Amino acid sequence: MLFSINETMGQYSELFMLLAAGTYTVAFIAFAWDLAKSSKMLRAVDLKAAELAAQTTTAEAARVPVGVGSGTAGGDVDRSDADVSGPVGRAERPTSAVSGRGTAAGAGQTADGSMRYAGERRAPARVAVALTVLGAAIHAAGVITRALGAGRVPWGNMYEFLTTGAFVAVAVFLLVLIRRDLRFLGTFVIGLAIIMLVAASIAFWTPVGHLVPALQSYWLIIHVSIAVMSSALFTLTFAMSALQLVQSHRQKTIAAGGADKLGFMRLVPNALSLENLSYRINAIAFVGWTFTLMFGAIWAEKAWGRFWGWDTKEVWTFVIWVVYAGYLHARATRGWTGTRAAWLSIVGYLCVVFNFTIVNQFFNGLHSYSGL
Amino acid sequence: MSERVNEKKKSPKPEAVLPSLGPLGMLRWAWTQLTSMRTALFLLLLLAVAAVPGSLFPQRPANPAIVTQYIKDHPDYGKILDSLQLYDVYSSAWFSAIYILLFVSLIGCVIPRAIAHYKAMRSQPPRTPARLSRLPEYGTLVIPADDGIPASAAISDAAELLKKRGYRVDVRDRDGARPSLGAERGFLREVGNLVFHTALIGVLVSVAAGGLFGYSGQRILVEGDTFVNTLVGYDQFTPGTNFQSSQLQPYSVQLDKFDITFDRESKGKFGQPIDFTAAVTTKENPDAPAKKEVLKVNDPLSLGGTSVYLTGNGYAPVVTVRDGAGNIAMQGPVVAKLQGENYYSSVVIKVPDAKPEQLAFAGFFLPTAFVTDKGVSFSGDPELINPQLTLNSYFGDLGLNAGSPQNVFELDVKKLTPLNARNLDTKGIVLAPGSSYTLPNGKGSISFDGVKRYIGVDIHHNPGQLYALIFALLAVAGLVTSLYVNRRRVWVRTGTHADGRTLVEYGLLARGEDHRLAGEAAAIRKLLSEEWLLGEETTTGSQPAPSTTADNDRADTAANGAGGTHATPEQPAEDFIQSTAGSSESKKDQ
Repeated sequence: MLFSINETMGQYSELFMLLAAGTYTVAFIAFAWDLAKSSKMLRAVDLKAAELAAQTTTAEAARVPVGVGSGTAGGDVDRSDADVSGPVGRAERPTSAVSGRGTAAGAGQTADGSMRYAGERRAPARVAVALTVLGAAIHAAGVITRALGAGRVPWGNMYEFLTTGAFVAVAVFLLVLIRRDLRFLGTFVIGLAIIMLVAASIAFWTPVGHLVPALQSYWLIIHVSIAVMSSALFTLTFAMSALQLVQSHRQKTIAAGGADKLGFMRLVPNALSLENLSYRINAIAFVGWTFTLMFGAIWAEKAWGRFWGWDTKEVWTFVIWVVYAGYLHARATRGWTGTRAAWLSIVGYLCVVFNFTIVNQFFNGLHSYSGL
Repeated sequence: MSERVNEKKKSPKPEAVLPSLGPLGMLRWAWTQLTSMRTALFLLLLLAVAAVPGSLFPQRPANPAIVTQYIKDHPDYGKILDSLQLYDVYSSAWFSAIYILLFVSLIGCVIPRAIAHYKAMRSQPPRTPARLSRLPEYGTLVIPADDGIPASAAISDAAELLKKRGYRVDVRDRDGARPSLGAERGFLREVGNLVFHTALIGVLVSVAAGGLFGYSGQRILVEGDTFVNTLVGYDQFTPGTNFQSSQLQPYSVQLDKFDITFDRESKGKFGQPIDFTAAVTTKENPDAPAKKEVLKVNDPLSLGGTSVYLTGNGYAPVVTVRDGAGNIAMQGPVVAKLQGENYYSSVVIKVPDAKPEQLAFAGFFLPTAFVTDKGVSFSGDPELINPQLTLNSYFGDLGLNAGSPQNVFELDVKKLTPLNARNLDTKGIVLAPGSSYTLPNGKGSISFDGVKRYIGVDIHHNPGQLYALIFALLAVAGLVTSLYVNRRRVWVRTGTHADGRTLVEYGLLARGEDHRLAGEAAAIRKLLSEEWLLGEETTTGSQPAPSTTADNDRADTAANGAGGTHATPEQPAEDFIQSTAGSSESKKDQ
């Protein structure tokens, strides 16, 4: 059953995609502004707190030398208080310090370790999220008009994978935002969406067209949509794992008395919270990827007569599955949690990207028709 | 606090004498190593790495011809790669070694865990810890004296509620001064985990069984042709290791008509095929009634335990070749092999029956012939708008009489004498449908009668695949269960205060990852409060922050957010009941 092609719809779709990319660009700037502004504000709060600390300490015991400034403030405070106002406390987000430890650094706070929304309003972040919602709405219109123009699901070639994939990534991000304050991931997710849209429009532009017979199956709808959604989730966890590594390094540096060079990381929850949330999202995405693999095998059996044939795409789907299975096992293995697990999550995502870009374009295989 | 330090055990003091292991000890040591999680993880990651070369190098099972060509093209390292089995990665010794070790490790892990879990499922929940306040989730409730609910009744109520919530409950010391209960739920988590891993073994076994008892083959069918499922019916046949020809059920498939729809709408993909439909007549066995069926891509036929797939198609020009004596030496469709865009195909016609000398033709078939200014011909459209056969002709010994097999799509012209060719005075043969050409020197003639379509079908029989699917579904069910069922333990202890109030304390502990433990604690608190009709003032603040503990097995050292009457583990309501009820019997459970 073939629907006819509507070129006008296709052109509308391309216009929507451009508009969406433009809106995302403004949202990206707003997210970046939020990071910059918040870290500046936090620094100011730090300075104030440090001054206060300096005053009280000097008043209490004048012989204890105290360095003034965000980097060294409270450096000589008694170790038992260290987790309250000392270096370790500083490595955490202010709110987690508030709820967990009772520090007074309340201004400029974001979500706490559980990544719930805190009371503090961050105007730039709110603007950024609003713009993202607007961009996603336009983007959705672009995806829908593309589907109407082609008379089928909008994921039959690289252009469509990229545009629809970017939409799903943004949509999943916005959905998670309802429950959790992950706005610190905004620059990353929106930046990626912009790159995907630009790449789609420049390098992979394809006019609306029919599907080749091999793709004309309801399994295309099931198999590819689950793959795209899992990939969107993997995108989030990749960003969180990368931040986790940075944060964990920063926490260690600060705990050892080093200077805090990455002030903006105070907006990001502590490494353990990041690890826990990315584990939960990875678990969902892993189940999704298992379905991708299985439904792919069922479809392969229907289309090619064998459910598994070590086609390049199958190989890489399998590799990704095994890497994330390794990640899940690592979380239950002593000595493999934390940093090592985060690396596995990152490697897994790099495989996803490799599978989508390099394998689709440069490796010959049965999936090649799904390329350009 | 967030760092889970990788504690390296200090190596024993140098003066300590290591006990010798002995051969049995060594074996036991090796087995312990192999079945350890660390080894399994290592093997798992190694499997991922080992699978990669299969996508980098051409693989024999997929296409042996490409491998041969690759070795020819890379004389320097092509052979070395072959000796490393890099063209047969997935059947190579090293790849097999990794997954076999992995599965042995898996079995070695699953069996003891299954036994342990079976025992756990049959045993009572663990005894009540002395200090519930040290558990990751902890809270207290106070029942006013005038409610008339003594400690024993309170514990019974709690037991009833927890049972309804799916917990297995064991009440201890019901009529004592400090009754308590232990409850546990979520045994399905480990069951799911075991099912997942066992099902993976099942998938592997099913795949192996498919390789042993399955078979597959290919056949090209021109419109009008009939395929009968016997060994001679196949153009190419790949039997499984344990295949017997008696497995073949002699069903038949006749190709009546093959239709292609080409895209005439979109600019970018003009002329791209968008639908293949093969009308076929099938018979389950020679005596069965004929049945009209439709074979399409993504829609295979099911016949005699096999599946028949539409995997290729093309044009088959129908030609008649007469030899020098004027007799018909060959007549019928010739399968043209796809070479380029728009069904630009190559044609090889071998006429061993021509007399006095054997004839051969090689050239191209173009459905819509165009010729560029430079004389290069190409096909402008996939449909038969201007079909054309351009051929060179040869005569001589085709070498078919010796009986050695030849590729029907290739012509070795080394021993043949050319009759017609572009560089000869006779020029090449150019034929349109209905036209014919007389060969020079009275060697005979060729006529182009018409064009038919052909399809390529793959026939597969894989007895393992249904089982592979069942095991895969089981694996997914197990996976989801193991990830989303939480194994939790709850303990409740009650006591009566001197002033008649009944004091209730409870604690929760999760085994493994459980981010919803705090939610469960809140839910249980709510249920208990409703049961005893406790006012808001005793239940306020019972919405604690979600547990941030990664692994509650290790939770006793980790901090946990909580507020209100919910005591935090760091600042427990210092032995709540002991200080109020003043009982010392809590030692009993220790």
